[in-house]
Amino acid sequence: MRGIISAAGYLPYWRLERSAIGAFHGGRGSGTRSVASYDEDSTTLAVEAGRLALRSAGGATAPETLWFATSSPTYLEKTNATIVHAALRLPSSTAAFDSGAAVRSGVGALRAALRSGESSVLVTSADIRTGPANSPDESGGGDGGAALLVGDETGGGIIAEYLGGASVTREFLDRWRAPGDLRNKAWEERFGETQYLDLGLQAWNDALESTGLAADAIDAVLIAGPHARANNGLAKKLGRPVAIEHASTVGNAGAAEAALQLATYLETAEAAKTVALISLADGCDIIVLRTTDAIADYQPARTIAGQIEAGNSALPYAKFLAWRGVLAPNPPNRPEPARASASAAGRSIDWKFGFVGSRDRETAAVHLPPARVSFQGGNVDDMEPLPMADATGTVATFTIDRLAYSPSPPVIFAVVDFDGGGRLPVEVCDTTPDQINVGDRVEMTFRRLNASDGISNYFWKARPIR
Amino acid sequence: MSSHGIKDRVAIIGMGCTPFREHWDKGTDDLMIDAANETFASAGIAKDDIDAFWFGTAQSAMSGVPMAAALKLNNKPVSRVENFCATGSEALRQACYAVASGAYDTAMALGVEKVKDAGYQGLNAFPIPNDGTNRTLTAAAMFSLVLPAYAEKYGVDKDELRRTVARIASKNHHNGARNPRAMYRREMDVDAICKMAAVAGQLSVMDCAGVADGSAAAIVCRAEDAHKYTDKPLYVKALSFVAGNGSGLIDSSYDYTTFRECEAAGIDAYAQAGITDPLNQLAMAEVHDCFTPTELVLMEDLGFSERGQGWKDVNAGVFDLGGQLPINPDGGLKSFGHPVGASGLRMIFEAWLQLRYEAPEERQIRTADRGLALTHNLGGYPGEMVSFVGIYGSELG
Repeated sequence: MRGIISAAGYLPYWRLERSAIGAFHGGRGSGTRSVASYDEDSTTLAVEAGRLALRSAGGATAPETLWFATSSPTYLEKTNATIVHAALRLPSSTAAFDSGAAVRSGVGALRAALRSGESSVLVTSADIRTGPANSPDESGGGDGGAALLVGDETGGGIIAEYLGGASVTREFLDRWRAPGDLRNKAWEERFGETQYLDLGLQAWNDALESTGLAADAIDAVLIAGPHARANNGLAKKLGRPVAIEHASTVGNAGAAEAALQLATYLETAEAAKTVALISLADGCDIIVLRTTDAIADYQPARTIAGQIEAGNSALPYAKFLAWRGVLAPNPPNRPEPARASASAAGRSIDWKFGFVGSRDRETAAVHLPPARVSFQGGNVDDMEPLPMADATGTVATFTIDRLAYSPSPPVIFAVVDFDGGGRLPVEVCDTTPDQINVGDRVEMTFRRLNASDGISNYFWKARPIR
Repeated sequence: MSSHGIKDRVAIIGMGCTPFREHWDKGTDDLMIDAANETFASAGIAKDDIDAFWFGTAQSAMSGVPMAAALKLNNKPVSRVENFCATGSEALRQACYAVASGAYDTAMALGVEKVKDAGYQGLNAFPIPNDGTNRTLTAAAMFSLVLPAYAEKYGVDKDELRRTVARIASKNHHNGARNPRAMYRREMDVDAICKMAAVAGQLSVMDCAGVADGSAAAIVCRAEDAHKYTDKPLYVKALSFVAGNGSGLIDSSYDYTTFRECEAAGIDAYAQAGITDPLNQLAMAEVHDCFTPTELVLMEDLGFSERGQGWKDVNAGVFDLGGQLPINPDGGLKSFGHPVGASGLRMIFEAWLQLRYEAPEERQIRTADRGLALTHNLGGYPGEMVSFVGIYGSELG
C-alpha cells in the first residue's frame, strides 16, 4: 500500500478583509484572504508546513526525497528546497528538489511522489499570491503552505491509500506571468473555462477507468486551480459539491492549493472514504485516495481549521500593500543590513537554519548559538547538539525598537527563556506592540529576516503560541 | 588572580578636549589636531618630546597611520586601539601601562570620532561579515530592557521610574548647560522629557546620548617627573577593565538590573586605589550615561547606592551638581555628546578640570577637596559589554 502518511497546512497569522480593499479603491468585498507576513516567503511557509507534517507523522523515518513546489520562488538558479531541507534538519542523504514555478507544479510533485518507489517522500508546496492593487489575484489569492508525507508502509502508517488517477495535458494560454512581474495576466476567461471543462471531464473519465471505480464510489471531490469559474463549472458538470471551500477565509493558495485542500479534508475524514483531488492547471490532474482505518487515530499537529480560527484580520490594507512591495513606504533612516556571508552561514547551518544550540554535557548549560566553551564551568568541546526549534518558552522581558532597521518597523524584541533551559534575546513576530507582555508563551518559527544583494537572510523568530 | 594596579606610578600632566558638536566643517584630522595641540600646550611639551602614542577610535580610522599623518609625527610608535565605546579609556590605560613599565618617559592617549559623516542618525557599527543571525537591535532598545526589569524587581511604579530616569537626563542637561564644550546646552525639565514620544521601550530621544564629533587627549609621564610639567598633576590611582563574555545574553539568571562587567571593574578599581566608601571618598564621578537607565544602574553597580535604592538617591538629588556625589558634572554623554573614541578621555578631562579647580565657576563642584575622581566608560549592551573604571587623584598616597 502507498499513500499519505501525514498531511499538514500552514496558514500565516494575518488576514486581510476584502472589504478593506473595497474601502480603499471603491467597491465591495467579502470574506478574508490569508496574508504572509513581511518576513515570510514561499520557502518559510513550506518549512512551517513541513515541520507540522513531520511532527504529525510521529517518529517516521526521514524521507528519501523532499519536493518543494511554488509559483513564487524566492531564488531562481539556486534551489529553494535545500533551505527547507536545512530548516527541517533532514539528513544529507535526503535529496531536495524544487518543482516550479507554475501552479501545476504542486500537484505534479505530489503525483511524482505517489508514483515513486521510495519509502517516503515529503512533498511541500507554498505560495505567496498577490498582484497589483485592486487586482483579482490580490483579492482572491491566499498565502499558505502545505506538506504531505507520502510513502509506503515502511515509511509510516498510511492514512489515505493512493488508488490511482489520471493526468491530461494540453498547451493553451490561460494565465501567465513573466519572471519578476507582479501581475498574472489572463486570457479572456471564457476561453480557459471551455478548455478546463473539457480537460476535466476527460480526466475524470480516465481516472474512473484507471481505478475501476464507479462515479458514485467517490465520496468527496476537491477541486483546485487558478480559474475559479472553471473549478465551479466542473463541479457543476460532475454534479458534485466541492468538499472544501477556502475562498471566503484563506483565498486561493496557488501551487499549494490542492495539497492544502487535501490536508484540510483529511483532518476530519472518516475511514474508508474515497476522495478525488482534482487540479485544473494547464491540464487536469486527478489523484484518487481512500482513507484507511489508521486515520481514526491520526492527530494532526496543528489543524488548518484551527489556524483559520486563529487568524488576525486587523491587518491594515496599507501594511498589506507594503509587505507585498506594491507600496513602498519610507524606510527608517538607518543603514540597511549587510548581506549574510555564505561561508559563515555554511559553518552554522544547524544553528541558522535548524535552530540547533548546544548543551554542556556536565553542567547542562544551554548555549544559543552553540558554543565550544561553556559559560558555566568552562568545559571545552564537551557539548551535545540541542535542537530547539520545537522548544517553547516564556517572555522574560521585552522592548519595542522604533529606531532599528526593519522591513516593517517597529521591531518587537523579547528575551525568551525556554522551557527546560536556554535563553535567547530574539525578535518576536506575528504580534503587535500592544499585544506583547512579560510572561507570554512563545514558540519558534522560521523566517526571512531581510534580503541584501539578492541574498535572503533566513533565521528564527519567536511568535506567540495561539 | 592578581590585579595589582599602578597606583601613583603615573601622572596625567596635560589634557585637551574639543567642543563636541556636529562638526560639519571639521574632519577627523582637524579634531585630532585641535585636541592634540590643546594637550601639548596644557603640558607645555612638544610632540617630538612624547615617546609613544595610543590612538583610540572605534571606526573613524584604522591603524596608527592616520594619527601620525595628521600630527606629522616623526618615527613614533602609534598604536590604534578599539574597545567599543570605552575606546578612549582604553587608549589612556595602554599609555599609562607603557610609562609604568619603564619603556617610555612620556606617552599620549588621544581619542577621536567623526560620527556625523555616516549620513545616518545614531551610531552604526560597520558590518563584519557574519551568518546573518546576530541581533540587529539598537543600543537604545537593548538598554530599554533595564527599566521594566528594575521596576518589577524593586516594586517601583513604572511611571515613577520613568520620571526618575528623566530626572537623570534633566540633571545632565543642567550640568551641560554650564559647559561651553558640551553639545546640548539647553536645560530640560522632567515633564518635557516624559512627554516625548518613545523610540525604544519607554525611552525617548531625550534619554539617549547626544551623537557628536569630537576628540580628547591626555599626556602621561612617570609620577616622579610630573612636577617638571605642572604644579597640579593628576595621579593615576586605578585602571580597571573587564570584557564581558556575553553569557548575560544566554544566562537566564541575568535579570537586566545590573551590569556585571561594571560591578566587577568597580570592585577591582576600588581595590587598586584603596577606596572603601566611594560615595564619600570620591569628589565626583563621570559615568557612561549612554541612556538614562544606564546611569541609574551604574549608581548601584559602582557602589554609590545600595541595590534597589539608586532610584531614591537619584530623586533625592544625591548625584546633582551640588549633591553628596556629583555625577557627570560636565553634562555626561547625554548633554556633552558621545564621539565614541573620545568619550573616555572626555570624562577624564572633566576630572582634570574639577580636581584642579579649573571648571567654570557655575559648575565647579564643592566636593573637589576630596581629591579623587572616578570615570566609568562602557561599551556594548546589557549582558554583553566592556567596562572601564579609572580613578585619579590630585595628591600622592
